[in-house]
Amino acid sequence: MAVTREAMLEQWEHLSRRPGPMVRDVLWGLLVAAGSGYAWLLYRPYMDGYEVAIQIGGTLALIAWGLYWKPARLFTLAVTTLTVLALWRYGADFELRKSDFLLKYFLESQAAFMWMSLLYVLATATYFAALFGRSEFAGATATALTWSATVMGLTGLLVRWRESYLLGADIGHIPVSNLYEVFILFALITALLYLFYEDRYRTRAMGGFVLLIISAAVGFLLWYTFDRQAHHIQPLIPALQSYWMKIHVPANFIGYGAFALAAMLGVAYLSRARAETRRPHGLLARALPPLELLDEVMYKAIALGFAAFTIATILGALWAAEAWGGYWSWDPKETWALIVWLNYAAWLHLRLTKGWRGAPMAWWAVIGLFVTLFAFLGVNMFLSGLHSYGSL
Amino acid sequence: MNDNTACKLPRRRTLGWVLLEFFGSMNLAITLLVVIAIASIIGTVLQQNQPYPDYVLKFGPFWFEVFRGLGLYDVYGAGWFIGILAFLIVSTSVCLYRQTPAMLRDMSRFRTQVQVRSLRGFHQCAEWRLPDRDPEAALAEVTDALRVHGYRWRVRDHGDHRVAAAMKGRCNRLGYLFTHAAVVVIGVGGLLDGNLWLKLKEWRGEIALETRDLAARDIPPASRLQPGAVPAFRGNVMLPEGAAANFVFLRLRDGYLLQELPFAIELRDFQVDYYDTGQPKSFASQVRIHDREHLGDQPLEATIRVNHPLTYRGHAIYQSDFGDGGSKLELRAWPLSGARREPVEIKGEVGGALKLTGPAGPLTLELDEFRLFNLLPEPDARPGDRKFRNFGPSVGFKLRDAAGEAREYLNYMTPVQLEGRWFYISGARSRPGDAFSFLHIPVDARNSPERFLRFNARLRDEDWLRNLLERSAPAGESPDFRRDLNLVRLNLVGLFAQGGFAAVSEKAKAVVPADRLREATALYLNILRDTLAEIFVEVLREEEVDVERNIGEGEEAFFNDAVSALAALPNYGTPFYLQLTGFQQVEASGLQVTHSRGTAVVYAGFAFLVTGIFIMFYTSHRRLWAWLAVEDGATRLVLAGAGNRRQTEFAREFAGLQTALARRLGPPEPSAVAVPAAEPPPPNAPVTGATAPHRSTL
Repeated sequence: MAVTREAMLEQWEHLSRRPGPMVRDVLWGLLVAAGSGYAWLLYRPYMDGYEVAIQIGGTLALIAWGLYWKPARLFTLAVTTLTVLALWRYGADFELRKSDFLLKYFLESQAAFMWMSLLYVLATATYFAALFGRSEFAGATATALTWSATVMGLTGLLVRWRESYLLGADIGHIPVSNLYEVFILFALITALLYLFYEDRYRTRAMGGFVLLIISAAVGFLLWYTFDRQAHHIQPLIPALQSYWMKIHVPANFIGYGAFALAAMLGVAYLSRARAETRRPHGLLARALPPLELLDEVMYKAIALGFAAFTIATILGALWAAEAWGGYWSWDPKETWALIVWLNYAAWLHLRLTKGWRGAPMAWWAVIGLFVTLFAFLGVNMFLSGLHSYGSL
Repeated sequence: MNDNTACKLPRRRTLGWVLLEFFGSMNLAITLLVVIAIASIIGTVLQQNQPYPDYVLKFGPFWFEVFRGLGLYDVYGAGWFIGILAFLIVSTSVCLYRQTPAMLRDMSRFRTQVQVRSLRGFHQCAEWRLPDRDPEAALAEVTDALRVHGYRWRVRDHGDHRVAAAMKGRCNRLGYLFTHAAVVVIGVGGLLDGNLWLKLKEWRGEIALETRDLAARDIPPASRLQPGAVPAFRGNVMLPEGAAANFVFLRLRDGYLLQELPFAIELRDFQVDYYDTGQPKSFASQVRIHDREHLGDQPLEATIRVNHPLTYRGHAIYQSDFGDGGSKLELRAWPLSGARREPVEIKGEVGGALKLTGPAGPLTLELDEFRLFNLLPEPDARPGDRKFRNFGPSVGFKLRDAAGEAREYLNYMTPVQLEGRWFYISGARSRPGDAFSFLHIPVDARNSPERFLRFNARLRDEDWLRNLLERSAPAGESPDFRRDLNLVRLNLVGLFAQGGFAAVSEKAKAVVPADRLREATALYLNILRDTLAEIFVEVLREEEVDVERNIGEGEEAFFNDAVSALAALPNYGTPFYLQLTGFQQVEASGLQVTHSRGTAVVYAGFAFLVTGIFIMFYTSHRRLWAWLAVEDGATRLVLAGAGNRRQTEFAREFAGLQTALARRLGPPEPSAVAVPAAEPPPPNAPVTGATAPHRSTL
């Protein structure tokens, strides 16, 4: 270790420095609270008790998110600004999406999703270029592209939320009600989770791998839009008209996103492990992030995914108790959620108590993605049951 | 949890010990998790709780019995599946029983017995040589820093050295207890709410499944459950508007039981609301709960909607289904097979059966269903276009002949526009699983199927036909030729009416040599077509249409559609076309009533589970040791520590602690500082090497 004592001290200083000035934290909290308060004044007459509770919870969660992770603030501000801009352009006329320049080409939900798609695909390529070209600049560009894509995607979802109300007051609903909408949610959440780990671990080497699965989701989304015309806003069937949807679905997708992220890190892990044995001095073996790092982030992602998925499944059970006559009906979707849960429970047991590491766990994480994917997509495609609103 | 946590169990290999060892083993637990996951798949691939005849059709009699024996039609209620779940509960309980004391000990004990050698083996370790401080003073500095970092500690004097053992985040151990207790609690609660009680009663012979189709009052006592007979059930009842019931049916395997309720539910009204697009917006039942004991003469009024159940006396009542409660239908039966043209008016009720007389003997008309709306994909849309159209009211019925053979029909009440033209649509099929093949009856100027039906009847009216053909035969030909031609024309029309175009070409095949077949068939078809056109024009004349002036594209299109429909009639397979002319809808609401005592238990388990998981992943039980002794006239301080989770954060905290101590005591000895990493980390990078846990400290 050729590290001087001074350097080490400096590093310790750096590591132990207090996070951010207090003033900004307070300002952030006040800003979010003010925004939320304004929305509350505006929409109070239309909200029931549960929705008020969800709003308060959401506000606190957003404040906490920004305190815990600084980039979330700028992200929130950007999304808010663009969304408000879009709502202002819209007014109360849905047809403006075809004529207003800003809406038609940037902010109307379909336009925003197209931007999101383009930017994610560009980001994927740029991450790989940065990885193999060892270019710091390309890496920074890739990060910026991913952030921009995520901003456009979330803006698109929020605008779509509004658009559904413009379409008809009784049609309006949060855009997490069908496969098309949740695929966007999946891309966004996976990207945000990735950006978080990129920031915390100060490495962009994982980016290309994670963005691959996001690009795959984007590919599906484009097919789904252009071939199946799935992007039209549909009114909610009675079974989905519940405040539970607002929390059950996003919680689920934190789980799915985290598991997908872990699986892609598993792929990166296996690629590097293979490269190290085959060509130890090759480009891959040098360029990919170190195995320990991949292993640790993989564990963190699965732990986070497991926690979120547990909450999501419990929320689903509570919802089912209100909609289907019982908290558990062994409906195929429920059962597959249980299978996913058991699968990662076994993974975590092996890692935490048996101390398993390395390639087997990476393989398992990759296989876990297929199990997750089946629970997410396969059930809707191949099996019938109560969750029949996501069919292709 | 961790196999190596000290377990103070007797060393003797008694049976109890062996069992405990087996049930509590991690390997068994992981195996069970995987086995349950795999077993669960079965029930998602094979549709559960379907009527048994469907399974027989699907698998054949042999495999049907095999699968039934394995309980695959209700996997999640099968003994073996519940057995595995119970196994998991037992295994987790044993694990809890064995680990809890150790965990609690671990939470409360400071480990002051520690060797300096093992401390030096820690990833996080730093050493100071302090010539100008005695151990007492150094210890004071250390404990001060520990306090700042939120640690609690115990100091022990071992004579030649002292050890300060510190820890924090011990509640992490509660994470283990909470999550594993949660699995047991949820499992037990779930079993309480399952079919276990019914199975028990069945096994003890107290109840017997009813498999016959009986009215509720005829169900024998052996298949009835009194209120409170089982702590949990989930049953269904279908109530027509205006009816009431104080029971629900519990479906079980290939039969059912009747569960009596301590109150009665009356359905006053069932309503379906629709969006402008025609998709259903809400299903709502207005009900009255009658309960003399608790409500007196004042029934409870309530509205039950999807997502908004009514809870009454521990019973939750859900909107789960809807159907027909015996809608009154008015039908017009147009004869299709004979020369008779006058329709017969029929009145019936959905669910009822009517006797009709067909040309080939008596027929039973079973009115199966009535639907007010039929929102179906646009017929000429591309797949995935997601365009829907409301096809209006429809009636589904069966026509059963004397031998019991039935054909199933689906008739729409209002005409449907297809490719710019309007049709009455009727689907027919001979087996329940098949797709309907549709008959498209063109609609006449008065918006009725009458013109087509008259056209059809005329084809079958031999005298009328003969008469027409006589009149219309080409003039100037010999009477013999005219007679022959008319005979051919009559025969062709007869063949066509009986068997469509296929019958005509069959006939041609039978009478014409093969080398002239194609030619002859074309000729036959031409003659047939001309004849049909003549008949059609005559039908129009009968309608008093001025055929010399008024025949245009519309009539031509009608004629072509009519011929297509006539050609399809032989396969339609009924002597009637039933036109739905009027209805009075009576709806029925499917209500599900559940009673589950285990819910509170399960929800408590949920709370434990979430709390436990967060504690487990996001807190860390951290231990630090400061070992102090006098060596070569100077105080030697060894600081080391480990956490059981979140190694990166611990590494960061340890570094902070080191910095704090460096400020008080001066920098540590560089050589002893362990910052292990594969490559030099970038600034602010996590110390990745710290991920491997120290098993000795877990």
